[in-house]
Amino acid sequence: MENAQEKIIIVENLTKQFDHFTAVKGISFHVNKGEIFGFLGANGAGKTTAMKMLIGISNSTGGTANVAGFDVHTQSEEVKQNIGYMSQKFSMYDDLTVQENITFFGGIYGLSRKQIKTKTEELIAELQLGNIAKTKVGDLPLGWKQKLAFSVALLHEPKIVFLDEPTGGVDPITRRQFWELIYAEAHKGTTIFVTTHYMDEAEYCNRVSIMVDGVIEALDTPKKLKEQFQVNSMNEVFLKLARNIE
Amino acid sequence: MKTILFIIQKEFKQIFRDKSMLRLIFILPILQLLILSNAATFDVKNIRVTIADYSNSSSSRALIDKLNANAYFSEVQSVSHTQEGIEQLNRGKTDVVIEIPNQFEKQLQNGNTTQIQVLINAIDGATAGVQNVYITQIVQLFNQNIQVENKHVVNEQILPNRIETIPSFWYNATLNYKTFMVPGILVLLVTMVTLFLSAMNIVKEKELGTLEQINVTPIKKHQFIIGKLFPFWVLGLIILTIGLLIAKVVFNVPMLGNILLVYFFTAVYLLLILGFGLFISNHTETQQQAMFIAWFFMVIFILMSGLFTPIESMPKWAQNVTLLNPIRYFVEFIRMVLLKGAGLQEVLPNLGIIVFFAFAVNGLAVWSYKKAN
Repeated sequence: MENAQEKIIIVENLTKQFDHFTAVKGISFHVNKGEIFGFLGANGAGKTTAMKMLIGISNSTGGTANVAGFDVHTQSEEVKQNIGYMSQKFSMYDDLTVQENITFFGGIYGLSRKQIKTKTEELIAELQLGNIAKTKVGDLPLGWKQKLAFSVALLHEPKIVFLDEPTGGVDPITRRQFWELIYAEAHKGTTIFVTTHYMDEAEYCNRVSIMVDGVIEALDTPKKLKEQFQVNSMNEVFLKLARNIE
Repeated sequence: MKTILFIIQKEFKQIFRDKSMLRLIFILPILQLLILSNAATFDVKNIRVTIADYSNSSSSRALIDKLNANAYFSEVQSVSHTQEGIEQLNRGKTDVVIEIPNQFEKQLQNGNTTQIQVLINAIDGATAGVQNVYITQIVQLFNQNIQVENKHVVNEQILPNRIETIPSFWYNATLNYKTFMVPGILVLLVTMVTLFLSAMNIVKEKELGTLEQINVTPIKKHQFIIGKLFPFWVLGLIILTIGLLIAKVVFNVPMLGNILLVYFFTAVYLLLILGFGLFISNHTETQQQAMFIAWFFMVIFILMSGLFTPIESMPKWAQNVTLLNPIRYFVEFIRMVLLKGAGLQEVLPNLGIIVFFAFAVNGLAVWSYKKAN
């Protein structure tokens, strides 16, 4: 059944070698169109490096990756037109207002002023940002910033959105709300590629991969992974994997 | 083009939103121009003289009066022993000690040559040299007076023909140092502000992480760079305008040449400086590093620009280094155009070099700007 699905990310033997160590050791996997793909791993396991290669801001030293139908190595600009990215730092301009940030990022993705205006209105209504549209982003609470950064990453209607630890540092309720946004977006057909530290969030994903020490040690649906390791939660799956390696 | 406009719009918003920074950008250069132009003078004035007059005669007092009357000497005080004067010199209380021997008047009256001893604090060699020339001139003028009085006694025929030099100063007839310095200092300020701002600006986005966000968009390198640097190019021209107004209104600097030529040259020159700032930005990770490197080059550029020390007096190798210094060409240029009224023809070599540098540096900067690493 899964084979019938369109593969939107195809990674083969992708490697990133730095001067003295190999951060990503020839990983291979694929992501299906429209799924929520959890990309898990401990700190330093290489998941951020792998992700940066997929979004075209880090050059691989071996292997290939095809994202949204384009080769990340030779067609990185085409890849970029088709993806959205939200970094751990929620990289928006603190000294600009919500509206100004939306205008700027819409603009550099090539949206017209008219499109930006419509998008901004939509977003403000959807996220109920009415009263804070003219507030500087720096003055917003973290949870708001995250929601806004997510929406900005989706402005140009990308096929895939990459989220790098999007819910770090906020309370469980805000995290829950954030995941509702993710579900809504996935429902529209956008593929979600998300890294996280929270194993409860891993349960929300269609499939998860667990990276340990530069290699993908496990990749399946949360349900099957739990069966495979004979445990009750993703947390235990993760601990078992990490422990085995040590 | 549309994309560039979005970036420019955002940059201007950020510049004008940061009110404290905006004040610094405009007020500091103005203050510096006003203060430095008055301070950076090579006139040696207010020389403090201490005299040990052992002669204590009418001739020696006449000489002391001459020194006193001179505008360059401020405090002329007497001591009874040379040693006291030397102590004052050591303690930094005086600049020059003059000892007039007790045979002074007698020797002069007898038509003999006499000597006075002059001790000068020569920690600053250039200043000491100038002080020496002043004193020698005054003393010789004084000495010649005596000879003129004695002339009737001496046979006129044995006097050598006197050769007189009559200096004629062109372009800056009153030898006003401000006229000379203000255009040069203006060049420094325009350079400093634009170099620092551009070097810090992009690296700041690196620190904030927003550069990464920009790099995952399909934006073209040239769009981003032009959009980023254009606002600083405009700022540089605004600072030039303010500076020229101050030069005209406050310092009355003559502006003989075509002011449009100055703007044209500055417009090209700013591209070079901004490209250099971008280059620094590309090779640094933090604003501190960028600041440090920008300062390093700025100090070299300033000291080797010919603004404070003439390039002709530098050793040959240093003169060769100044050939790479953009400020040197701009200082030369602005002095030529404002003070000498030079036209395009005369400044073509400077303009050509700056155009060449601008292309080279920007090529290097764009090439070293990488969206992926």
